[in-house]
Amino acid sequence: MNGIHDMGGMHGFGSIMETVTEPQFQEEWERRTMGMVNAVMAGFQFSVDEFRYAIERMAPAHYLDSSYYEHWLEGTLTLLLEKGVISQAELDARIAELRVEHEGAQA
Amino acid sequence: MSSDGIPGPDSEVALRVKAMESLLLEKGLVESSAIDALIDMFENRLGPWNGAQVVARAWSDPEYKAWLLKDGTGAIADMGFEAVQGEDMVVVENTPQVRNMVVCTLCSCFPWATLGLPPVWYKSAPFRSRAASDPRGVLAEFGTEIGADTEVRVWDSNAELRYMVLPERPAGTDGMDAEALAKLVTRDSMIGVTDVAPPD
Repeated sequence: MNGIHDMGGMHGFGSIMETVTEPQFQEEWERRTMGMVNAVMAGFQFSVDEFRYAIERMAPAHYLDSSYYEHWLEGTLTLLLEKGVISQAELDARIAELRVEHEGAQA
Repeated sequence: MSSDGIPGPDSEVALRVKAMESLLLEKGLVESSAIDALIDMFENRLGPWNGAQVVARAWSDPEYKAWLLKDGTGAIADMGFEAVQGEDMVVVENTPQVRNMVVCTLCSCFPWATLGLPPVWYKSAPFRSRAASDPRGVLAEFGTEIGADTEVRVWDSNAELRYMVLPERPAGTDGMDAEALAKLVTRDSMIGVTDVAPPD
């Protein structure tokens, strides 16, 4: 299927050299995401092909405006939700809890 | 966001990652130690130092080189580097007449067993979009000059098939053993965007 991920031949993305190349992970959450997604796949919650397709189904504007490991995060969350492994309510509640904790720690 | 567009530790994205991890741990679907082990494998055990050994052996041993170009998966496995995602490996050889370059236009497919995780630029929109349509321009951006009559072949990787370039052996390396040669081989030369520089 054609989609925003099918970038070969597109114009206007600028210089390769302006892309920061090292280090591999600029933020710790990127490192955790890489490990976690591989662990989830190793546990057969979903296959690498399902994972890739979930990323390709991201809204085009979101895909272009988000970083590489955000694609991994969003693809994984999509599959965990679709397969009923976690529920949207559960996820929303956990994010809210963590936000309160985080803000408490900063206060 | 940080200056290069990656959300920081206090971002909503980082919070979503934490929420996902805590739910997966709570449900027993992943173990923290398994995540740590995978991170260690990708950061410390898989990397271009593996591919460099494959290249150095091919430069040193014509029979191995012939095997590598004919059956990349088997010849690489012989070095103890096994496919991570069950993918097949194809190794393509640079010569004075032919320059090869590897891309994954759709995402980030890469030979993990020999090169580890792809560099950030390999996964970026500028490289993915231009590698196939303007390979000479891309090579020039990496500072790699090739003759106008050199043929350029661009290999678009996919989930089942991963490519690696066998770069040209540089001048001034006669008599060097495989261990010394491997130290010269860079990640980017095995993606095909640069050459291996002669020893200092």
